[in-house]
Amino acid sequence: MDVVMLSRLQFAVAVFFHFIFVPLTLGLSVILVWMETRYAMSGDEFWKRQVKFWGKLFLINFTLGVVTGITLEFQFGTNWARYSEYVGDIFGSLLAIEALVAFFMESTFIAVWHFGWDRIGRKAHCVCIWLVAIASNTSALWIILANGFMQHPVGYAVNASAGRAELTSFVEVLLNGYAWGQYAHTILASWALAGFFVLGVSAWHLLRKSHSEFFHRAFRMVAPFTLALTLILTISGHEQGANVAKYQPVKLAAMESHWQTQRNAPFYLFVWPNPANESNSVEFLGIPGLMSFIAYGDTNAEVKGLLDYPATDRPPVSEVFWSFRGMVGLGMLFLVLSLAATWQRKREDICPHLLHGLVWNIPLPYVAIMLGWGVAEIGRQPWIVYGLMRTSDAVSPVPPSSVGISLLGFIVVYSILGLLDIYLLRKYALKGPDAQEA
Amino acid sequence: MLETIWFVLWTLLWAVYFVLDGFDLGLGALLPFLGNTEEERRTIYNASGPFWDGNEVWLIAAGGVTFAAFPSVYAVMFSTLYAPLLLLLFALILRAVSYEFRNKVDSPAWRALWDWVHFLVNLAACVLLGVFFANLFMGIPFDANGVYQGNLLKLLNIYGLAGGLFFLACFMMHGAIWLTIKSRGEIQTKALAAAGICWLAVAFLFIVFLVLTFFCTSIFANYLRMPWLVALPVLAVAGLLMVPRLLNAGKLWLAWSASALFLVATTFFGVMGIYPAMLISSIEPKATLTAFNGASTANTLEIMLIVALIMVPIVLLYQFWMYRLFSKPITSEDLNSDHAY
Repeated sequence: MDVVMLSRLQFAVAVFFHFIFVPLTLGLSVILVWMETRYAMSGDEFWKRQVKFWGKLFLINFTLGVVTGITLEFQFGTNWARYSEYVGDIFGSLLAIEALVAFFMESTFIAVWHFGWDRIGRKAHCVCIWLVAIASNTSALWIILANGFMQHPVGYAVNASAGRAELTSFVEVLLNGYAWGQYAHTILASWALAGFFVLGVSAWHLLRKSHSEFFHRAFRMVAPFTLALTLILTISGHEQGANVAKYQPVKLAAMESHWQTQRNAPFYLFVWPNPANESNSVEFLGIPGLMSFIAYGDTNAEVKGLLDYPATDRPPVSEVFWSFRGMVGLGMLFLVLSLAATWQRKREDICPHLLHGLVWNIPLPYVAIMLGWGVAEIGRQPWIVYGLMRTSDAVSPVPPSSVGISLLGFIVVYSILGLLDIYLLRKYALKGPDAQEA
Repeated sequence: MLETIWFVLWTLLWAVYFVLDGFDLGLGALLPFLGNTEEERRTIYNASGPFWDGNEVWLIAAGGVTFAAFPSVYAVMFSTLYAPLLLLLFALILRAVSYEFRNKVDSPAWRALWDWVHFLVNLAACVLLGVFFANLFMGIPFDANGVYQGNLLKLLNIYGLAGGLFFLACFMMHGAIWLTIKSRGEIQTKALAAAGICWLAVAFLFIVFLVLTFFCTSIFANYLRMPWLVALPVLAVAGLLMVPRLLNAGKLWLAWSASALFLVATTFFGVMGIYPAMLISSIEPKATLTAFNGASTANTLEIMLIVALIMVPIVLLYQFWMYRLFSKPITSEDLNSDHAY
């Protein structure tokens, strides 16, 4: 394998592993804010026990999210040096601001929150989790503004003599509509993931009648939250689809495996892409004009096909297409599950099939989020910065053997840590809350 | 001018990182020497418990600022020093995990495993940071295209290794002093003794490092050109000399501050010595990257300066508050609470 492919693989391993932990941090912090605010306002110990139980899981998850994030910041330099030189003037500042504005706050106040139960008052302690939630969700904003620049670069000009892209308008970079759409979609998805996590763990306990009251109340609280998020998530997904149609039409064509440019483009329920033949092997059950409508809000709009672009400018079609279909399919399932959970939430005997379903569902939102990022990142290829710089030009001048060794290191270390972390999360999730404090 | 300001700020971020993360890395490297019983080991972990995570962010800030203010330096520095940087990252990952996982399974073998991991990765991180900076002072072999002409062993030269050992001794001393603040009883006595031994090692290695610096680098040229910079090594020596006096007088916080002063002044001493260079090429002088040819545009530097001038004081303020909140020595009651490491 060449150094480009190895570096891409290494970044993929590092970023996907990082993103196993991030969404739960983003979402569970918000649920903890909700629970602890109830405790701080009322002094009801019940909510303190809720905070302590979910907080323990939060912390186990949090640490790996933090440390795997550092490797990403450093990898731009170690593995993507040409990229860093070329766009550092714009991209670097977003990462630096993330550390200064958000990451410090998150790491400091999570420690106060973790160790400070006996040192600060109830309300001050509650303020800490608010700050953690705000900081982690702000941190995501800066990172996605940086990613948004790679997807839809704005606010820059190429300085040919310096051989790099230079910042012309920081405000434009901050107001990048594509990035904000992506941020909204990511945040909503992360919060929904946390909702399903809480529902799934609660369902496991409810099935075994362990700590029934404790978990039933968590279930009741989180079910409508999850439903609302899943609904808004669908809308935000549609909005982001329109952004892709507008700014990255070739990515949209790959997401739909759409080859021929046409007006009134149909949406096929069943498609099997055949990239080798530059066509689809199966196109079945088409709804006329629907693709045009989804992309541009007009059944007669022209949707560009992949054949309009030279093969060297197209992303890998099958990967993008299946990731997108998988994500949307899982989204439908989440709608059904959260609707059923909300419907049944007040019943003493929630349907056991639903509870089983919710337990088995715990990993699926993770899969959906990974697929979504797959669409975003694989769909951006062959560009590292869409339309501006190719991935193959971005890589560091390091020998493939170095990257091969570090990639192997990442795979080994991350696999072990991932398994241990899941083992610990499972252990503490199944253990249930600590005995009621006097 | 902006470039010079950023050069100084960049140095400052590293210095703060060494002062803050230095003590918990050094303390981790002392674990098997000071932690003979389970209670002692847990005291050591919890002495840096609430701090290590916030401390590590200074590294991320230093890395992020290198990227934002000096993108070319960031690109060439991080890709040429590929191996030590990735090793440092793995060490930091395993360090975090050792804190978080160690007390989550009730088994002596499990704890012993993480104690070993904790010791080794902290030790490695201290040494790697020293090797990294010593090579920055000396210059590394890369060409005008930013391509590294060497291998990991080339970084582990005499000077690099001396830097590694020097950093290790400094951080261990800094960590031992921290433990005297955060513990009482027998382990505090041991920590005091360890701080004394480490101090001797630091003093010895400081002299060795300075002598080697004279032969291996051209750092001293800047001091001949700008004699007022000599204040930096003078401050470093003053800080170092005050450490044992303050420790003997029982003024632990002041002793730690003196050790911090030593670390800050030494960092500035080294980095200001190569100014305006940030990454010296040892094979092609023209390839050397400086604060001027490696910087971002004035526009970006200005925006970042505004952000940094607002945010860094705020961060320092709340981290100071947090340090005060957790400044009391670890008690057995602390160790028994359900949230201790």
